Amino acid sequence: MLLLTALLEFRDVEKTYFTKTSMTEAISGLNFTVSRGEFVSLIGPSGCGKTTLLSMVSGLLRPTAGKVLLDGSLVERPTPATGYMLQQDYLFPWLTIRKNILIGLHTTGAYTREKEQHALNLLKEIGIGDHIDEYPSQLSGGMRQRAALVRMLATEPKLLLLDEPFSALDYQTKLKLEDLVSKTIRMHRKTAVLVTHDIGEAIAMSDRIVMLSPRPASVHRIFRVPDELKGLLPFEARNHPAFSGLFQEIWKELESFGTSNEAASQ
Amino acid sequence: MAPQTKQLHSEYVRGLKREKRLVRLTQLAILILFFAAWEYLAAQRILDPLLFSSPTRVWNLLMLRVSDGSIFVHSSVTLFETILGFILGTVAGTGMAAMLWWSRFLSRVMDPYLVVLNSMPKVALGPILIVGLGPGFTSIIAMGALISVIITTIVVYNAFREVDENYVKVIRSFGASKQRSFFSVVLPASFPTIISTLKVNVGLAWVGVIVGEFLVSKQGLGYLIIYGFQVFNFTLVMMSLLVIAVLATLMYQLVELLERKLMKHRA
Repeated sequence: MLLLTALLEFRDVEKTYFTKTSMTEAISGLNFTVSRGEFVSLIGPSGCGKTTLLSMVSGLLRPTAGKVLLDGSLVERPTPATGYMLQQDYLFPWLTIRKNILIGLHTTGAYTREKEQHALNLLKEIGIGDHIDEYPSQLSGGMRQRAALVRMLATEPKLLLLDEPFSALDYQTKLKLEDLVSKTIRMHRKTAVLVTHDIGEAIAMSDRIVMLSPRPASVHRIFRVPDELKGLLPFEARNHPAFSGLFQEIWKELESFGTSNEAASQ
Repeated sequence: MAPQTKQLHSEYVRGLKREKRLVRLTQLAILILFFAAWEYLAAQRILDPLLFSSPTRVWNLLMLRVSDGSIFVHSSVTLFETILGFILGTVAGTGMAAMLWWSRFLSRVMDPYLVVLNSMPKVALGPILIVGLGPGFTSIIAMGALISVIITTIVVYNAFREVDENYVKVIRSFGASKQRSFFSVVLPASFPTIISTLKVNVGLAWVGVIVGEFLVSKQGLGYLIIYGFQVFNFTLVMMSLLVIAVLATLMYQLVELLERKLMKHRA
């Protein structure tokens, strides 16, 4: 595997939002890279522009200055090379699960029988193979989020963008899904960027954790997850002795941004 | 405990059924009472039968009109105009809403015009329509469509704008064009609103068509009403009203059926 080549690169990225009365600098001077096959989490104080960052990688937003490079080429518009998973499943309620997970293939025009079969296999692999002809309203929150994961994977993106995909779930479902998503991503050898509020989740799932500074966001510090945690499933990692040390370290660092962010955090 | 609970449940179900039966019975009683009172009051000359006719007269006239087939001619003309006006108004309104959604510039430009057109009583445009399109069914259909098109535009456009942008984000993240996003997400997500405007438009189309037939005065149930009024044949007026009530209700029920079919899977 080409583990050391960068799949995603931010080069001096800046993003400023304009309104009639103000300019808000959301991101400024941001530089970092994500290697092929790596799982990177982004954490940082609330409202520091994490979602903006993902939107720029997916091509939904353009940076005001600087470059976002995916596999060496500039990201200018949304492409099938990136898959996006949101806080909630956002499955289309008027389509069956089957049609929901195939919508990406139909939209990109990449639909083939084999790819449909691949998507349906993924659905089985992830444990909701019995629900293909049901509608989203008939499924539980956890099952729907799993279907959303399959919808993202069906188009076989190189890079997965996960925008707090577990935050709307109850704790038990969240822990189970973390394991499932982590296993699935590793098995399919995907590269992923996860945005999260949850320090534990970041440690349990990632290879590296990028901490962003308060707005305008730039890279504040990068934490390497120790090797003994990397090989474990998220649930096991949470119980490993090395877990709490890193947790404390990241917690203290986040606290150091001061109380000014507390009002904004949930 | 289990058999007892079961018994409680069956009692509960029986209670529900009893209530439903009572509702139906009361509805039927009101209907019968209404016609009986009408008949009685007309027979006793408390209501002037020349002005208010009576159920038996209306029924006899209806049977006469059924046997000579003329009621079917007038009904089908009106029904045809109403359905066409209704479909045109809804489709054109949705199309205009799509254009406004497409171009923010256009929607900002059109905003004051839509407000003016919406406040305007559309039936007042009747004479102009007749002058422009001729005194025939084209004018009447135009009236049926015109009366619903602006309000449909406004309501459906708002529905398009209120579609959760995360749904659009999902489809856009797959590289979908604006057109694709519209047809795959924005339009289907707005179906509940479009259907509810359909229900309003059924009623509006009837208003437009009946007023149109008043003005054009050639054929149709609206024509029968205005004709009966002019020759002082109120039995004819009442009969036409009853036929309209039945047809309009049937059309509304059909739209509701469509709604139930389309909305089956939405939470």
